Amino acid sequence: MLNYIWSGMILVSIVVGVFSGRLEAVTAAAMDGAGAAVEMCVGLLGVMCFWSGLAKIAENSGLTKAFAKLLSPVTRLLFPKIKKDSKAMNAIVLNMVANLLGMGNAATPLGIAAMKELDKENGHRATASNEMCMFVVINTASIQLIPSTVIALRQMFGSQNPSEIIFPVWVCSVCAVIMGVCAAKILEKRRKLL
Amino acid sequence: MIQTVSVFAVPFMICGIVFWGLFRRINVYESFVEGAKSGLESTFRIVAPLVGLIVGIYMLRASGALDMFASLISPITDFFDIPADVLPLALLRPVSGSGSIAIVNDIFKNCGPDSLAGKIASVMMGSTETTFYTIAVYFGAVGIKSARHTAKAALTADVVGMIMSIVAVRLML
Repeated sequence: MLNYIWSGMILVSIVVGVFSGRLEAVTAAAMDGAGAAVEMCVGLLGVMCFWSGLAKIAENSGLTKAFAKLLSPVTRLLFPKIKKDSKAMNAIVLNMVANLLGMGNAATPLGIAAMKELDKENGHRATASNEMCMFVVINTASIQLIPSTVIALRQMFGSQNPSEIIFPVWVCSVCAVIMGVCAAKILEKRRKLL
Repeated sequence: MIQTVSVFAVPFMICGIVFWGLFRRINVYESFVEGAKSGLESTFRIVAPLVGLIVGIYMLRASGALDMFASLISPITDFFDIPADVLPLALLRPVSGSGSIAIVNDIFKNCGPDSLAGKIASVMMGSTETTFYTIAVYFGAVGIKSARHTAKAALTADVVGMIMSIVAVRLML
């Protein structure tokens, strides 16, 4: 998909550039953009290292497990059919906590582990179970306590108050997750498992 | 109140993580350095896709195509009173993480991070995920052919998150 989006971006800008007589500016923008991308990554590098370092402390000190206990009432509500102390539930909770703490590197392997457990419970069918759909929906609307990349970007571009977006981000993510969960619950009843 | 919560969230989180580590008697500093190394890797991994996508967005901007798109959709965006710059972000967000960072970069560069568009883009970026990528990775990992209602439910969440980011910025910031 990105294949088409990206080539589309390039083609459209060249064609529009020809018609608007800004072809030179388009060429300059290409070079400018390439530099800006590297500049941005260098600018983000320190902050990314910092948060990854903190995430590792959280992981090594078992903070994830402590958080997981706090979350268990929520997960039981979301996945009523999965047993409380099963491997599947454990992996689901750890993935959710990793997402919350912004541990992107750790969250994906944990999520895949959770999917594998759910796949076992689903009898390795090619059609997703309700629990799998719910789990992926929650992941696509992941709540992150500190949206560190955006904050770092804001700081790079000279924002007066880079972290002021945190509270609004929480509100929006919670609304999104709740609506996603409701949508999943409604839709799973409409279409029965094949 | 909102400002205070936002301002205290980061130091509180940092402090909490470090003290928890000390309390559990792990080597906090070594863990930190070990994790920071992985941050280095993951940042380097996004350089190449970002070069491609930021070039794309900057070219679109310079050619005037983004402005054309903005004026094309202006009846809708004006009606809801939202800055036209954030609509491309809303469209690309579920598809590409690097692509949406590229657009946020473009918005910050052109309007500033503290403009209305900049704030909405920040909240939108922070509160939504690369939906289709996540679906592909997770279902791909276990060989699921039919994801059933996942995409619909996930996109419902995305749309709500995006509308809410406009509302939240208007009400709170």
